[in-house]
Amino acid sequence: MSLTGVDKDFDNLTVTMTADFDSPVEEVWRLWADPRKLERWWGPPTYPATFERHELRPGGEVVYFMTSPEGEKYYGWWNVTDVHEPHSLSFTDGFGDGDGKPNPDLPTTSAAVRLSERDGGTRMVLVSTFASREAMQQLDEMGMTEGMSLSIGQMDALLAE
Amino acid sequence: MYNQMVVHNERADRVFQALADATRRDILRRCGQEAASVSRLAEAYPMSFAAVQKHVAVLERAGLVSKRRSGREQLVSAVPEALREARRALDELEQTWRGRVDRMAGLLAEPPRRTQEGTDR
Repeated sequence: MSLTGVDKDFDNLTVTMTADFDSPVEEVWRLWADPRKLERWWGPPTYPATFERHELRPGGEVVYFMTSPEGEKYYGWWNVTDVHEPHSLSFTDGFGDGDGKPNPDLPTTSAAVRLSERDGGTRMVLVSTFASREAMQQLDEMGMTEGMSLSIGQMDALLAE
Repeated sequence: MYNQMVVHNERADRVFQALADATRRDILRRCGQEAASVSRLAEAYPMSFAAVQKHVAVLERAGLVSKRRSGREQLVSAVPEALREARRALDELEQTWRGRVDRMAGLLAEPPRRTQEGTDR
C-alpha cells in the first residue's frame, strides 16, 4: 500500500498525507513535472485533467481544465510559490472562470509536496490546506494556527454538546 | 460531483472566513451554550452594539448562527451543522488526494513505455 498515513487537522484546516513509493525520487518528481504524466493522475477518471500551461518555477502559472462526462470544461489553476527540483513544490490551487482565468470569488487550497529518499524508494509528504488566501492570512494573524485561540475542532465539540 | 465540490467549498470558505476573527469565535461559543440576545452579547465586548451586530451578521451569512425574534429582542443561537459542513469539505479534500495518490502509485507501477498513445489530448 502506497498511502501510509493520513492526518486531518481540523484546527489548522489541513490534510497531511504520507505515501511511500518504490520508485526513485526523480521518477515521482516527473509525475508532477511532466504535464503529460500529471494529467494522468490529477483528475479522477471521470473528470480527466488537461494541462494547458505548466510553469514549474516560483511565480509560475499552471492552467488546466477537467472535462466532465457530459463534456463540460471546468478550469483550475495553480500559482506556483516554491520549487526545489526534485524535492519540493508548493502551490496555490484554485478554480477558474470559463476562460481559465482565476476566479477570485472561489476559494483556494494550497499544497506543499515534499519528496525524500527512503529505503531506495520515495516518501511523499503532502500538506493540503483548505482556505482562501484571505481566510488563511486572517487565521494566521489571529494566531488560530498557533492553537492560541479556540479551535474549530474544540468549537465543534462544544457545539455538539 | 465537481459542481457540488465547488458549492461545498464556497460554503466552507464562508465558514472559515467567519471563524477567522476572535470576537466572532467568542460570540459563537456563547451562542452555542444558549441563545443570547444581540444586546446581551454587545455588553460582553468593548465595542458598539452596531459592531457586534455586524459580527453576528457575518456569522449568520456563513450559516453559523441563526436569529429569531423574541418579543423586542433578537435571539442568536449557533447552528452546529455549519461546522460539520466545514468538516465535510476537509473530508472531500482528503478523498481527492487519496484518489490522486492511488493513481500516482498506479502510474509508477506501469512498465516503462515511450509515450502514451491515444490518451494525449
